[in-house]
Amino acid sequence: MTARRTVAGRIAARLGTSLLVLWGAVTVAFAALHLTPGDVADVLIGDSTVTPEVRAQIVREYGLDRPVPVQYLTYLGRVLHGDLGRSYQLHESVGEAIGSQIGPSIQLALTAFALAATVSVTVATLTAKRRRWVRGLFSGLELVGVSVPSFWAGILLLTLFSFTLGLFPVTGGLALPAVALAVPVIAVLTQVLREGLEIALDEPFVLTARSRGMGDLAVRVRHALRHALLPTVTLAGWLVGVLFGGAVIVEQVFSRPGIGRLTLAAVAGKDLPVVMGVVLVSAALYVVVNILLDVLYVVIDPRLRSAS
Amino acid sequence: MTAVAIRPRRIPRAGVWAASLFVAVVALAALLPAVLAHGSPSDVDAVAALRPPGAAHLLGTDANGRDVLTRIVYGARPSVLAGLGATALAVAAGTVLGLLAALGGRVLDEVTMRLVDVLLALPGLLLALLVIAVVGPGTFNAILAIAAYTLPSYARLVRAQTLVIRRSGYVEAATSLGLTRGRIVLRHVLPNAFAPLLVVATIEVGTALVAAASLSFLGLGPRPPAPEWGAMLSQGRDYFSVAWWMAIFPGLAITLTVLSVTVVGRHLQRRVEGRLA
Repeated sequence: MTARRTVAGRIAARLGTSLLVLWGAVTVAFAALHLTPGDVADVLIGDSTVTPEVRAQIVREYGLDRPVPVQYLTYLGRVLHGDLGRSYQLHESVGEAIGSQIGPSIQLALTAFALAATVSVTVATLTAKRRRWVRGLFSGLELVGVSVPSFWAGILLLTLFSFTLGLFPVTGGLALPAVALAVPVIAVLTQVLREGLEIALDEPFVLTARSRGMGDLAVRVRHALRHALLPTVTLAGWLVGVLFGGAVIVEQVFSRPGIGRLTLAAVAGKDLPVVMGVVLVSAALYVVVNILLDVLYVVIDPRLRSAS
Repeated sequence: MTAVAIRPRRIPRAGVWAASLFVAVVALAALLPAVLAHGSPSDVDAVAALRPPGAAHLLGTDANGRDVLTRIVYGARPSVLAGLGATALAVAAGTVLGLLAALGGRVLDEVTMRLVDVLLALPGLLLALLVIAVVGPGTFNAILAIAAYTLPSYARLVRAQTLVIRRSGYVEAATSLGLTRGRIVLRHVLPNAFAPLLVVATIEVGTALVAAASLSFLGLGPRPPAPEWGAMLSQGRDYFSVAWWMAIFPGLAITLTVLSVTVVGRHLQRRVEGRLA
C-alpha cells in the first residue's frame, strides 16, 4: 500500500516538475524573443528578407499589435499546439527544420551513450576495490577524460585514425564522432559507478553472497552493480545536456549534418525561432528521458514496486 | 557544468605539485607573455608557413607562418580571462539569487529555485547559444552566455549554505545583539558561505574555460586574428590533414590547463571539507 502510494507520488511529482520545466523553457524562449534589441517582428524574421505582406502576417499570428501578456498567451497556445513558429531563412516551419535534422543527432547521441554505458559499467565493475595502483591509474584517466574538450578529442581521433592510420573515413563515419562524444560521459559515469560499487561491496549482503560461495565477478555483477546503478539515475539531466550540447560541437568537428549544424547556422543568421525551437525540443527530450529513467528506477529497485 | 557530486579522491602529492606549477606557468603567460615567448603572436612570415615542429619553431608554424608556441603563450590571456570572467560573473549573480531565495521569504524562494530547476534542465551549451542569438557573438557576450548557464548551481549552493548558517549559534547571537539584517548577511553569512563557494568555483573555472573555448571554436567568441586557444584550434581544423600541430597544440594547452585547475581545485576541496567536517 505504502509502496504503491510512493510510486504514484513519485510519478505525480515527476509530472509536475516536467510540466514546470516545459513551461519554464517556453517562458525563457519568449523572454529571449522580447529581450532581443529591435522590433519583435524583425527579430522573428532575422537576417532574411520578406515582403510587407509576410511581415503583416507575422504581426497578426503572434499578436504583436496586442499587449505583451496577450502575446505571451498567444505564444504559449501556439507551442501547446506543436507550432514552434517559422524560419524565414530556411523557408520552412521550425518543426520541419528540426524534424529533418534531428535523426543524425539522435543516432550519434544514442551510439555515444551505448558506448559510454558499456565501457563505464565494464571498467567500474572490474576496477572497484582493486589494488591501489589500478584505481589510481583509472582515476587519473577519468580526470583526463573530464578535462579533454570534445572538439579536441575529435581532432585527435581524426588525426590519428583517419589521416595517420587511414582506418576510418574523415567524414560520414559514426564511430569516431561517437567516441569523441562519449569520452566525458565515460569519465563521469565510471567515477559515479565505481563509487557506488565500492559502497555496495562493503554491505552485509555482499558478504552473505560470498559466504554462499559465489564467485567475485558474479557478486559484483549480480548484486553490487544493481545498487551502484541507482545514483546514476540522478545524472539524467546532465547526460542529456552533455550528449545534446556536445553533439553541436562534435558535429561541427566531423562536418556531420544534424541539430548542431542547424543551430549554429541559426545563431549566425539570427534565426531566433529555430534556436528557440531547439531549446524547447531539448527541454522536452530532458523531460522524456527523466520519465523513462523513473520507470527504469522502479525496475532496478524492487523496493519501489507495489507490495501487492 | 557537471552538477555531480563525486567524493574527491586523494591526488598524489606530485600530481598536485605538477598541476600547481602548470597553473603558475599559465598565469605567467597570461600576465607577462613576453617573458615566455619571443616575437609577436601576429608576426607573419609567408616563407615559414606550415613548418612542422622543429628547432626554429618548437611547435611549428601556422598557415601564415606565425609561430604556434608564441601564439599559444599569448592566447593564455584571452582564454583564461574568459573562464575567470564567466565564473566571477556567475558566482556574483548566483550569490545574489541564492541569498534572495534563502532570506527573501517563501514566495521568492519558490520562484527563484524553480527558475534554477528550469535552467539546470536545459543543456548548457544550447542555453549559451540562445543567449548569443539574442546578444550577438563576441568576447564579452560569450562570457555572458557562459555565466548565464553556470549560475544556477552557484545559486543553489549559496541558498543551501545560507539556510544552514542562518540557524547557527553565531547568527542567532548576532540577531539577539540587535544587528541589522544587512550587516548580518555581510559580516556573518557571506564570509562563511564563501569557502565552499570558492572551492566549487575553482573547479568550475575549468568547465567555464572549456565552454569559452568551445564557443570560440564555433566562431562565436573572439574573432580570428586574436590568438585565443579555441579560435586557433578552429583555424587548425581546416589544415589538420597537412599541419596537425596547428590544432593539436592549442587543444593540449586547453586540456592541460583544465586538468591542472581541476586537480588543484579538488585538492582544495578535500582540504576544506576535511576542515569543515
